[in-house]
Amino acid sequence: MKVKAAWIEQAAYEAHRLAATTHPADVRDALERSFEREANALPRFVMQAIVENSRVAEQDQRPICADVGVMRMFVVAGNEARIDSGFVGLEQAVRRATARVTRDLALRSNRVHPIDRRNPGDNLGVFAPNVDYRFEPEADWIELIAVHKGGAFGSDFRMMVDGDGLNGVRKGLVDAIAEFGRRGLTCPPVIIGVGIGGTKDQAFSIAKQAAVLRAIGDRHPEPAIAELEDELHELANSLGLGAMGYPGTGGYALDVHVEIAYTHSALTPLGIHQICQAARRGVVRIHADGTLETRDAPAWFSEYSRRTGI
Amino acid sequence: MKIHRLTIPLSEADVRGLEVGDVVFLDGKVHTGRALVYQHVLERGHDIPLDVAAVSNVQMHAAPAGQEESPGRYRISSIQATASFRYGRWVPEYVRRFGIRAVIGKGGMDAAIYREVFAETGTVFLTTVGYGIAALYGRGVRGVEAVYWKDELGLPEALWVIDTAGFGPFIVDGDCQGASLAEDAISRVNPCFEAAYRGLAPHVLKRIGEIDQSLDQEVIAGNAGHPSGRAS
Repeated sequence: MKVKAAWIEQAAYEAHRLAATTHPADVRDALERSFEREANALPRFVMQAIVENSRVAEQDQRPICADVGVMRMFVVAGNEARIDSGFVGLEQAVRRATARVTRDLALRSNRVHPIDRRNPGDNLGVFAPNVDYRFEPEADWIELIAVHKGGAFGSDFRMMVDGDGLNGVRKGLVDAIAEFGRRGLTCPPVIIGVGIGGTKDQAFSIAKQAAVLRAIGDRHPEPAIAELEDELHELANSLGLGAMGYPGTGGYALDVHVEIAYTHSALTPLGIHQICQAARRGVVRIHADGTLETRDAPAWFSEYSRRTGI
Repeated sequence: MKIHRLTIPLSEADVRGLEVGDVVFLDGKVHTGRALVYQHVLERGHDIPLDVAAVSNVQMHAAPAGQEESPGRYRISSIQATASFRYGRWVPEYVRRFGIRAVIGKGGMDAAIYREVFAETGTVFLTTVGYGIAALYGRGVRGVEAVYWKDELGLPEALWVIDTAGFGPFIVDGDCQGASLAEDAISRVNPCFEAAYRGLAPHVLKRIGEIDQSLDQEVIAGNAGHPSGRAS
């Protein structure tokens, strides 16, 4: 049975509604744990407000954060899935849903022309919203993952060379936190994504995806990378920062996720992204029979997507 | 942590009684403004159609999540502030000209502005909590009084006048004595960074302008006043 464009539009709308108003369960749990760990009065007051805000947003159906960021959609398409109007139909449905949910939830109309700043008012425009794809074998479903994220602070790119090694990754992480985390500009506690290798643009992309498309606590399947995730998480939380960058014990990062890509033999590009405490994603899977299923963890990364060989 | 509930328009005594780290809730009319509002008013010379000092002497660096429900009727769902350092070149003039008693923002501003401007004018910097508890702040918005210049600046960047009740909590980041909560926080966490940096060799490939003592420099530095970089 073919997936209908109307189901896609409904799923995209729901994914955006969830992203805007409802923290994923793993994020809310991690925020609550951070509150419990915090011993200093000021960041503890802040963490309490953050946890309360999360509940209020869901209850009132208000955006968790007023900055909807640049709304975007990640699509995992099963190789066996068929869409009645094709992928062009999917993209049109995603754009329609973006405009509708913007109006219905009174989201901020955030997408503007980069030069003359004109604002069409519906979060649509040139290359907006971004839609990214990947494919999954032997699946007949399509999963839509809406992500809302601001963007001024916390990202960094560094071209490392073969001699920098893991030391260069550690230094790059501390640099990014010194630059954007000390004054709390990243809105900590954050989730950090680190992309190591690939091409320059790939290192930056997989870092973003590691930050926003993996559940807290999830570990990379390669044991050495999983160990590196634990080590970098500990490093990020050794800097004495709590919520808003105030001195605290709650921890700067809720988690650190690392993605790798095979890279040039002499180089190691390094990408870093940090998503704020308002870590917003909404995941809805469209099954072949038309059922829409809300899911906590996105299926963006899989054994297939991280494959080696053919 | 002392908790204050204050009514807008704020008096000079209201704000001179605040210290960094205090918590503030507000009632009354708050108006918004980011770069486009500052440029519209201070650089292109448009008059705000509102007696700011008398009615709404609290400015918030915010573009609300809100929509026009029907012509002239607006709804705000959530609101919070955006990073304020980037408005450093306009804030001193705006505060002086419109008698602003509190600027609500994010991340604080260059403490030179607190020391050289706010101490004299009787103004405080209130930071939003969590830098994004927008739904909670949304609950403190009772209604939208007016939206100016939406056609010229776009709806989010327009000057919104909002009526608030129990709007907060905010934390005093900069008080009238020139103290800065964020700068104090930075000086207290820097030793942890120094410890982390020990044993981490610099990257082989440098970037133009890169400095070795990265803790001596802050990304917001040099944003106090216009055009010389000093608060004036």
